[in-house]
Amino acid sequence: MPIAESEVEWVEEARLGLWEQLYIPALLDGLKTTLGHMVSRKITEQYPEQEPKMPANYRGVHRLNRDAAGRVKCVACYMCATACPAHCIDIVAAPAPAEWQRDGREKYPETFVIDELRCIYCGMCEEACPVDAIELTTLCDLTGLSREQMVFDKEKLLSVFDATTKAGTDPVRTQAGRLSVASEAPPGQ
Amino acid sequence: MPTFDPYYTAILIVGLVGGVLGVCGYLTLGERKISAWMQDRIGPNRVGPGGLLQPLADGGKFFLKEEVVPDHVDKVFYLLAPAVAVGTALMALAVVPFGATTPAPDPVPLVAPAPGRPSPVETFGAQQAEYASHFNFVLAPGLDIGVLYIFALGSLAVYGVILAGWSANNKYSLLGSLRSSAQIVSYEIPLGMSVLGVFIVVGSLNPEKIIAWQLSHGWFLLFQPLALLLFMTSTYAESSRLPFDLPEAEQELVGGYHTEYSSLKLGLMLLTEYVHLVTASFMLSVLFLGGWNLFGLESLVTDPVLGAVLKLLVLCTKMVGLCVFAQFVRWTIPRFRFDQLMNLAWKVMIPLALLNLVAVIFVKQFGAGLVVLTGVNALLFFGAGLMSARASGTVTNPKRPVAKQPPGLPAGVTYAAR
Repeated sequence: MPIAESEVEWVEEARLGLWEQLYIPALLDGLKTTLGHMVSRKITEQYPEQEPKMPANYRGVHRLNRDAAGRVKCVACYMCATACPAHCIDIVAAPAPAEWQRDGREKYPETFVIDELRCIYCGMCEEACPVDAIELTTLCDLTGLSREQMVFDKEKLLSVFDATTKAGTDPVRTQAGRLSVASEAPPGQ
Repeated sequence: MPTFDPYYTAILIVGLVGGVLGVCGYLTLGERKISAWMQDRIGPNRVGPGGLLQPLADGGKFFLKEEVVPDHVDKVFYLLAPAVAVGTALMALAVVPFGATTPAPDPVPLVAPAPGRPSPVETFGAQQAEYASHFNFVLAPGLDIGVLYIFALGSLAVYGVILAGWSANNKYSLLGSLRSSAQIVSYEIPLGMSVLGVFIVVGSLNPEKIIAWQLSHGWFLLFQPLALLLFMTSTYAESSRLPFDLPEAEQELVGGYHTEYSSLKLGLMLLTEYVHLVTASFMLSVLFLGGWNLFGLESLVTDPVLGAVLKLLVLCTKMVGLCVFAQFVRWTIPRFRFDQLMNLAWKVMIPLALLNLVAVIFVKQFGAGLVVLTGVNALLFFGAGLMSARASGTVTNPKRPVAKQPPGLPAGVTYAAR
């Protein structure tokens, strides 16, 4: 749908007189502007000294959430591993301990490993998770000295949860225990 | 010619080349810092206090990077090109006075001596001995073709560019080298022509004599500001500084003649630009800003050694100041399109330089005061501005043909409507 000409507002450019067309005065004016920037306040974030404030929807390092009782929230349904386009999630499921089963938990992840080097941080695991157990945090400085260090196991992912909730940077996005939108039955059923 | 002392000259060469390369290293740091400050950033600040050791880290990195010599290149010329580029740039430093100098004596007239007076040969010997007794901060002192030598080597720099582009055996590099060499060759002309006026007034191509002339008559900045402007612009184009850095325009041109170069070879290519800039800044201060002269402040110190050091500092400060100014210019003027660049050289700078030269010849011939030249320069400058304003019209009413759309057409769909 093209714009009608009546809707177009023509902006008149400034008229250049002789003074501007001499160019040198205009150049000096430009030089003044750039020199002004040279002494003005610096606006960039100084990353290692100054922690960047990431937006809440930034997709950084993963974490495994804990439920109200402090147990891992994951039910080992493999939804995240299936949804993952990079195949970086590796889960080994096991029957949940007896006291967990009284709360209706049938399975729990015996191991839960994410290869952070393979991960493309697309957030699809987060979308797929029916119980909001896996979430991407706003932690952005992810470094390691070896490939092995970059493979995060369950304990490490849980420790990310502890660290981020304690620091208050990433509050748990869903109510503990209540299922999220992803697990709701489709309307009309 | 003064006597040639190999040891003294070798020490001077090592000192000068080392000094200039060090200055170039720190100019890169300065460039990054100033670029950062002008963009409200801080710039390199990791290596050393305030990032001051960054050039050392960069140099080490250049040596440690992988040397890539692509299979398809002409190996000999591919490896020769950076050497030619750096070599010609460094060789130009030979006649640049980088500190206090004494002007070389005038030639001795060859006339038969009166009885009892020294013969021309004896007079020449005495003058040369007196000249050689002064310490001159030049590698090749007393060279009467000094500035000509610099221009000659500056035009040899084209060989580095052409060799690099051609030996890379790659369309982009070849086109880049043609573009860059066209630019360098074009700007050679205003470069040489703008300073011809200086040589005519002084009557010598010897930088030492040009400084000495300015000591007694005043800086050339006062008499030929337009020539200074033209010379400065041409040197920026010669050393591929912005706004003339088409070899570097990766975003729009896929890089220039050094596309295929990696690690230290690319480093040498980029170093060449800075060496050119340093040489050009030295020449600017020598030709137009009075060399080591600073309103007589430099002669307040009577001690000869301290005085020489002071003069060295004054000249080097002028040089560094001009280099820093070039870096300020970088963030002020947007990069030229290639046709604009050629138009500027051939339609603006060469005619202006020619007219300036004619004015200088007239002033010299009819013995008018040098202040006339200042007026003529200002007149030429404003005249050029007036002509440009008349020729191009205003922005809202330009004189170039502009296709007016017929009324009633929706905006933005002229192609579909026709």
